[in-house]
Amino acid sequence: MDGRTGFAAAIWYGWLMLGEGLAKGLWVTARNFIGSYLSEERLVTVQYPEERRSLPEATRSFPFLVYDGDDPVTGLRCVACKICEAECPPQCIYIVKDKVKKPDATGKLQNQPLIFDIDISVCMSCQICVEVCPFDAIKMDVAYEWSTLDRFEGLLLHKEQLSKPNSYYHKIHPAEAAEVDARLAAARARAAAKSSGSSARPVGVGAATPGSAAARPGAATE
Amino acid sequence: MLESLPLVLKDLLQRAVMTFLPGWAESWVSALISAGAIVAIFGLLFGIVTVLERKGLARMQNRYGPNRVGIPLTSIRMAGFGQFLADGIKALTKEDLVPSRADRVVHFLAPVVMVIPAVLALAVIPFGRSHVAVELEAGLLFFFAVGSATELAVFMAGWSSRNKYSLLGAMRAIAQMLSYEVPLVLAVVPVVMAAGSLSLVRMVEAQAAAGSGWMGWYVATPWGLVGFILFLAAALAEANRSPFDLPEGESEIVAGYFIEYSGFKFALFFLGEYLGLFAALSLAVTLFLGGWLPPAAALAWLPSWFWFFLKLLLLIGLAIWIRGSWPRLRVDQLMGLAWKFMLPLTLTNLVGFVLWWHVPSGWLRWIVCGGLVWITYFGLAHSLLASRGWAPRHYRLVE
Ligand code: SF4
Ligand code: SF4
Repeated sequence: MDGRTGFAAAIWYGWLMLGEGLAKGLWVTARNFIGSYLSEERLVTVQYPEERRSLPEATRSFPFLVYDGDDPVTGLRCVACKICEAECPPQCIYIVKDKVKKPDATGKLQNQPLIFDIDISVCMSCQICVEVCPFDAIKMDVAYEWSTLDRFEGLLLHKEQLSKPNSYYHKIHPAEAAEVDARLAAARARAAAKSSGSSARPVGVGAATPGSAAARPGAATE
Repeated sequence: MLESLPLVLKDLLQRAVMTFLPGWAESWVSALISAGAIVAIFGLLFGIVTVLERKGLARMQNRYGPNRVGIPLTSIRMAGFGQFLADGIKALTKEDLVPSRADRVVHFLAPVVMVIPAVLALAVIPFGRSHVAVELEAGLLFFFAVGSATELAVFMAGWSSRNKYSLLGAMRAIAQMLSYEVPLVLAVVPVVMAAGSLSLVRMVEAQAAAGSGWMGWYVATPWGLVGFILFLAAALAEANRSPFDLPEGESEIVAGYFIEYSGFKFALFFLGEYLGLFAALSLAVTLFLGGWLPPAAALAWLPSWFWFFLKLLLLIGLAIWIRGSWPRLRVDQLMGLAWKFMLPLTLTNLVGFVLWWHVPSGWLRWIVCGGLVWITYFGLAHSLLASRGWAPRHYRLVE
């Protein structure tokens, strides 16, 4: 077969393959058409509202604020430092600092936000706010069913809607949350060790803080 | 009973209307009822076919397709066949945008001009034994004459929108429709000669007389078979159907000539395209597949219009299947196919048709007529292939 070139080759292969591609195309679609009625497995579609695909661990939609303990106001980790507000590329975070301070998990007085708004119609889910927050106060949520009849107020989330407990964070991103808790606990243990004399404060405030500072799972991040 | 059901219904309606209209209005009422029936039936067919097409294409890609919309305010889903009503309501309630620099009058008229020729063309098609809206002596001529008015609508739309993609789409459409008109008409010529008439009603009768059942249909002759395939290809091109949907070419020129249309005008274009397809396929059924004739005399107890619409639906199914399977052609390939391949084949088919009448009947004339087209087909295909210099590639360094 290899000796044929040009016209001869065209005739030779033409005899073999004329219209073969068209027939192949029809065959493939016909097989899919009939096969999709015979076996449900062929169908890749998920029938959405009734049936949901389980989300992968790294899913992220929009940010939320983490609080420790049970009280969303006193437990809020955010200290209104406004770093995330400054760094957010589409500028969809709006923070107003409260004049009143509140003690944080270690008892130290910290600032707290009076207003913390995120306009999720603008947010592009880039996670930059999460990366820059020095206090592990803002994390990415996985909720995605945000359709609303009011596209302005309905998509502007306030502090009350944004605040979610640490246990929720553990539920949606277990490995990541465990890693964060371990890191926070280690930092507090170090701080406690430094402040000599005074007996160690209780370190574990988070809902699922691992007991020891040495237990930080370095490989827990995805 | 079933056979004459459409006629009885029409008669009843006509009599009911004539009770409060003067006598001279009778012919107008009759014509309007026929026109209304065609618009209603093919409008409904359009709606159902859009759902069927979406479902069919989806199944070819291993998806479900529309399967939810049913009767509003209930949980009855009807397997998604309410979808076209929802689509229609959506199209009606959408904002109607006209580009500020468009030619408003022409922009408004184009979708209307698109639909009218298709409906006119359907008027001369015999849907059943005596179900033809207008029985024209030169029905076929009329069909092609009004059919070519679609090109005008396409160009009106493309030109008036003042958009480069619109104009490109319209240019493509004009070139394509003009080119494919030639093989389309030439593929039909043997049928006209065989039936000895331009009347579509007469053509069906000629097929009934030519043999028993499907043996008499023109598709059961070599020239009819070749003509049918060529006609189908040209008809798909005329109707801007995939794989000849270059005037729309979503991936290249967004939506082609109707890019600047929205809301109900867009829906009208959609309707016009489908009606054009139905008209072309109806003509294919009438000319080659025996029109409303049943495939065998034993099946004649089913009404004639049932057979017509069954054949029409089968051809529509074929068009959907082709759309789901084959990629779009390039412009030069499209033109090459029409002028270098289909035109010579239709001409050869004419010669084959003449031979058919001069060679004594039997297997010999199948061989002679079929062989002639076969040889032309291979000769053309191979010389075209060779002129492109295509052959399997050999990778010197890999082997
Ligand atoms: S979320 Fe983090 S970065 Fe943003 S203001 Fe609060 S503490 Fe600062
Ligand atoms: S995810 Fe990105 S866009 Fe959204 S709030 Fe955070 S920084 Fe802004």
